Amino acid sequence: MSSMITRLDRRRSELPGAGMAVRARGLVKCFGSLRAVDGVDFDIPVGRCFGFLGPNGAGKTTTLKMLMGLADFDDGALSVLDFSLPDQSREIRRLVGLVPQADNLDPDFTVRENLFMYARFFGLARAQVAARVDELLAFADLTHKADARVDQLSGGMQRRLTIARALVNDPDIVVLDEPTTGLDPQMRHVIWGRLSELRARGVTLVLTTHYMEEAERLCDELVVMDHGRILDQGSPAELVRRHVEPDVIELRGPVSDGVFATLSSMCLRAERHGTAVYVYTSAPAPILEFLEEAEELTVIHRRAGLEDVFLHLTGRELRE
Amino acid sequence: MKRSIWQLPRFRRASLSVVARNFLVWRKLLGPAIVLNFGEPVIYLLGLGIGLGALVGDIGGLPYLVFLASGIVASSAMVSVSFEGMYSVYTRMVPQKTFDAIMATPLDIDDIVLGETIWAALKGLLSAVAILLVAALLGAVPGGTGAMWALPVVFLLGLTFAGPAIVMAAIADNYDFFNYYFVLVVTPMFMLSGVFFPLETLPEWMQTAVLVLPLTHAIEVIRPLIVGEPVEHLAAHLAVLAGFALAAYYLAVALVRRRLWD
Repeated sequence: MSSMITRLDRRRSELPGAGMAVRARGLVKCFGSLRAVDGVDFDIPVGRCFGFLGPNGAGKTTTLKMLMGLADFDDGALSVLDFSLPDQSREIRRLVGLVPQADNLDPDFTVRENLFMYARFFGLARAQVAARVDELLAFADLTHKADARVDQLSGGMQRRLTIARALVNDPDIVVLDEPTTGLDPQMRHVIWGRLSELRARGVTLVLTTHYMEEAERLCDELVVMDHGRILDQGSPAELVRRHVEPDVIELRGPVSDGVFATLSSMCLRAERHGTAVYVYTSAPAPILEFLEEAEELTVIHRRAGLEDVFLHLTGRELRE
Repeated sequence: MKRSIWQLPRFRRASLSVVARNFLVWRKLLGPAIVLNFGEPVIYLLGLGIGLGALVGDIGGLPYLVFLASGIVASSAMVSVSFEGMYSVYTRMVPQKTFDAIMATPLDIDDIVLGETIWAALKGLLSAVAILLVAALLGAVPGGTGAMWALPVVFLLGLTFAGPAIVMAAIADNYDFFNYYFVLVVTPMFMLSGVFFPLETLPEWMQTAVLVLPLTHAIEVIRPLIVGEPVEHLAAHLAVLAGFALAAYYLAVALVRRRLWD
């Protein structure tokens, strides 16, 4: 039942040419002397889930704000659904839904009133969206809380309401800034399920995250950003193939310099970080055999993932 | 690519959805609002008008209660608008991030500030209506139904005071900041614009000085309407109020943009 949400009767954006939901060329955004976004290019195809992955301060949120017309840019060109920014920002906001990093629901209204009020800001009258509001409540599993005040909701419920609110104008694109940060694992899975449903329905999703699992599960394509630049771009599998060896052996415990030297000679790359050693290889068998004697070490053998790509591209130093 | 915060605001109907939002919230808190709107003027009018009035007698040919009521209609609208424009607007703009949520819809800051301005003026109007009703019950509205003409002027007065209050909200770091405005702007106007005593009692240079205060001009129009006397210099007074209102609205839009635009 949650997969049926009434479409609003409005003119849809028609996308000639390449069918790009978003096009950015040479985008630059400065805050004083800081180049928060430093010349990025990307295309987001219609109907895909596109992710911005990067550490704090990488420029992800600023990029999202620019494509909603909520932040200016200093140089470059940006268009969304063939409307160009910043001049057509109102037209763009009419067709886009935003899930901000911090929920900004209206605490004076109930759950249902939040949806009706938000629809009104889009010029949609109560009668026009009544059916849709009920369906969005069901989609967000909030039907039983429809008349509760927002401050009576748990964090996960507020998040779901924020997502439902972003859908009230039947958007072609939904922009989500860290959609599951601060939620427990169960709630994250629920939200991932809902986002997958949206994508299956043809809605373009644009999200930022620093959860690798989230990016790996949801994104068809992603860019890794750091210091305002795009380091690389591709599907999660492509990025893993391009940047790291297929197998990772992680060692926890005392690894002597002698053992480390031997390991380094057996693999393509070995790194020591704190008390752990990471061995990247495409031939794990001999290394595992060698490590069988090292009983004092905890040995974890796993497939390489996005996290390895991320750390490889952005380094391991702390971001504060 | 850079938007200027000084680009002229546009007046759009969309701003009415902001008025509607605030009205719906206000309706939920109707009880305390009514107590504030009716309770305060009753106390003022009874305490000052009747108590002090017994000592003062007539002022400018009017019983003191009548004189005072016609001034308080205006000053209480000013105070009510100032509270709404500072504390409530700041709450929605900063801690509650309601403006951020609205900015992700097709509304612009122009629309939000216009909606807030209209809403604040409506709240001022409401408090004026309450006082006028109480005053009428006390027999302090000699102008009769003609006193209703004071209400559009009160609304204009509300628009005039909403702008500077929103300016303060746009530059405030916390609620305490609003004390400056109350002490330096609202209270002097409350005392010097002819609410409690006629301007003629002031030294001549001060009589000229208080003409820069918008509340003075509002009272010069509102009092005769309530009392049932002809209004002098009507167009000039209204022009001053409208001029203040437009300039302050423009500045408010620019400063809210400066605060909320990245």
